[in-house]
Amino acid sequence: MASARYACADATGLHKICEQTRAAGGTLQALWASDERDRDGGFRLWIALGDAEGLLLLELPLAAERPEYPDLSDLFPAAAHLQRATHDLLGVRAVRGDSRPWLRHAAWPEGTFPLRRDLPAETSYPAANDAYPFVRVTGEGVHEIAVGPVHAGTIEPGHFRFSAVGEKVLRLEVRLGYAHKGIEKRFESLSVLEGQRLAARVCGDSAVAFSWAYCMALEGMCGTLLPERTLRLRALLLERERLANHLGDLGALGNDAGFAMGLTQFSRLKEELLRMNARVFGSRYPMDAVIPGGVAADLTEAARRELLEAVTPLENEITILRNIYADHSGLQDRFTGTGRITPALAAQLGLRGLAGRASGQPGDLRCDHPCAPYDKLAVRRVTQTGGDVAARVAVRFAEAQESLRLCRVILESLPSGEVQVPLRKPDDFLPGSGWIEGWRGPVLVFLQASKDGRIRRCHPHDPSWQNWPVVEHAIIGNIVADFPLINKSFNLSYSGVDL
Amino acid sequence: MGAVTLTAVLAQAAATVMAVLVAPLLLGWVNQCRAWLQNRSGPGILRPYRQIRKLFHKDAVIASNASPLFRLVPYVEFASMALAAAIIPTLWTGLPFAIAADTIALVGLFAMARLFLALAAMDIGTAFGSIGARREMLIGFLAEPALLMVFFTTSLIARSTSLPTIADGFAHQPFALFPSLAFASVAFVMVLLAENTRIPVDNPATHLELTMIHEATVLEYSARHLALIDWSAALKLFNYVCIGLALFLPWGLAESPANPAGLLLAAPALVLKLAVAGAGLALIETLNAKMRLFRAPEFLATAFLLAMLGLLVRLLLGS
Repeated sequence: MASARYACADATGLHKICEQTRAAGGTLQALWASDERDRDGGFRLWIALGDAEGLLLLELPLAAERPEYPDLSDLFPAAAHLQRATHDLLGVRAVRGDSRPWLRHAAWPEGTFPLRRDLPAETSYPAANDAYPFVRVTGEGVHEIAVGPVHAGTIEPGHFRFSAVGEKVLRLEVRLGYAHKGIEKRFESLSVLEGQRLAARVCGDSAVAFSWAYCMALEGMCGTLLPERTLRLRALLLERERLANHLGDLGALGNDAGFAMGLTQFSRLKEELLRMNARVFGSRYPMDAVIPGGVAADLTEAARRELLEAVTPLENEITILRNIYADHSGLQDRFTGTGRITPALAAQLGLRGLAGRASGQPGDLRCDHPCAPYDKLAVRRVTQTGGDVAARVAVRFAEAQESLRLCRVILESLPSGEVQVPLRKPDDFLPGSGWIEGWRGPVLVFLQASKDGRIRRCHPHDPSWQNWPVVEHAIIGNIVADFPLINKSFNLSYSGVDL
Repeated sequence: MGAVTLTAVLAQAAATVMAVLVAPLLLGWVNQCRAWLQNRSGPGILRPYRQIRKLFHKDAVIASNASPLFRLVPYVEFASMALAAAIIPTLWTGLPFAIAADTIALVGLFAMARLFLALAAMDIGTAFGSIGARREMLIGFLAEPALLMVFFTTSLIARSTSLPTIADGFAHQPFALFPSLAFASVAFVMVLLAENTRIPVDNPATHLELTMIHEATVLEYSARHLALIDWSAALKLFNYVCIGLALFLPWGLAESPANPAGLLLAAPALVLKLAVAGAGLALIETLNAKMRLFRAPEFLATAFLLAMLGLLVRLLLGS
């Protein structure tokens, strides 16, 4: 990947650049803000755009008295949630658009902005009344079904408000933010070297993706170049993470359609993979395997051979299960046509990652802007155009097989060399960015350091931000009883966006 | 037909109590078979008993706006299913209680139990309860006619709507093949799956509130109330399987409890038949996925059609 480009813009220029990017088929990658009042008396709005050349970081200085910027949700629908969250944390707001709180539930009062530098992290407030106005749908026989944030299963908290007529869903509104932990504030009390441990814990199922993106941002700032062996080991970890999640999801999707045999078989495969992770990398979900300047531990020759020998049996088992899923009429009846997002709608809403590739959006950072070592691995892109649950299942099967192929290639031709290099002192002027294709989609980490080697601002961005609004569309016209299956086929993160 | 004597009544009462006590074992067996078929070790066949015991030891949590109906329904459910057990021949056909209710009354008894459950589900006013009640009634009103058609077919052959008489006729008369019964039995199995919240119609093991049918109606129940509802669900499954055995596999049934030799054959035969039926049920549930909710009407319409064919075969062809 070519390193990110930076630009500083004013409000009209920003909107114009966004318009041009949008017209050229570019996407909004992330939107966040930072408090720079101690440096130059104002705030900064940051926008990360993705286009044909890679990542473009736009910086918009905002006055401290009236930190306002033009609404971007007309160009990028996904910006709506991001703008609301940015306002809750820093008081930087878009001049138009939805002004309801997003992350602020009742933990802090209106007019208080926890991410501002003058507010100590340990400040706490008495619990307040949490009144949130959902959009009402009226009409003959329309009723609301409120689900969550506490669910019957052990899953993450999120509130789903359905407006339905009988079983048919007219509208779904998702409310998140229940898992807000103040991760961005916590980053600011850490040194740049400690930050990786927190980044790996932003979203447990994407630990490798986030820690690699963080390390990529930091190493970019330090100008560190990593040896080939280190990079390949990181890719190995990332592909195994992708594989574990795809296996788990494929089983869960079968189970949600009442096919418990799928769950037990895929759970077994996933468990074997995780146990091998524990043996070889010291952790089932390798949170601290990717560290600044390399990877935590080298792969022994015996471990390399063990991992390599496990590839072919797993490939065969996945092929068998893929055939069982494909031949099961009951399962295919549940999957096909359910929760369809057409390629046109996907493009309009900015659907990305795995779900995007199931709706004809071919974006995959490993192919489009490959960072080392992916530039030498020639990743085969997987796309489907169906846009339904069946397409998302098909993409998962194909990507799991491709990840196994990549694992084999990496393990067969692992070069010798160092796995850790010392980091130079980071530059405190230019921010760093890391952009990695996690299993859900592109993960972005933005990092600013101060002179003494501490984190000044770190913003981790999960692709779920862009995809949650699409889930609201996917259920429209489907029946209430199919929502769990549709939701599982996206399997978006709560923790990763609530931060 | 069994005369109403004190011994017969006592024996029948004892058999009913046995049915109530044994019913969770059948559910445990089905679940265990399911676990084995899915390569899991399973919780053991005594799991439903442990669940019931656990629930009886808990304090009930009841919504503040619950009406007396909500508290009453678990007892109504349990009593209905126990009453049904009393008029279904399990070991012998000479049932003194049978004169009180025939197969049509039995269908009515199941319908009444479902009606009360739906009312209780809507009582608290939560969205899930109403969804569950709505879906439960959808399944119910399609399953009932199919079940009635099955009963009509068998009644035409046996010339009686009394379940013990029908079973007695099949069990103790010269062996004859009735093609109409083949249609009826398939229809009955489909109704059994739908009425007992089994896959492919409902998934008894799901934790997804939005997909539930039966489970959604009882989400508000806890402790002893939930124990009674779970127990009556187990009893319902037991009753349905026993109806199926009485109609389609009645061989081995004794004529009356006064004949110990007959019972000696009937008891192991019942255990064997229940074990096979339970394993078969687990197999059906493992091989199928849960169908989309709006496929359930098609499924039950097929059951109705098959039962209707059975009836026509009997009426027009006399076979």
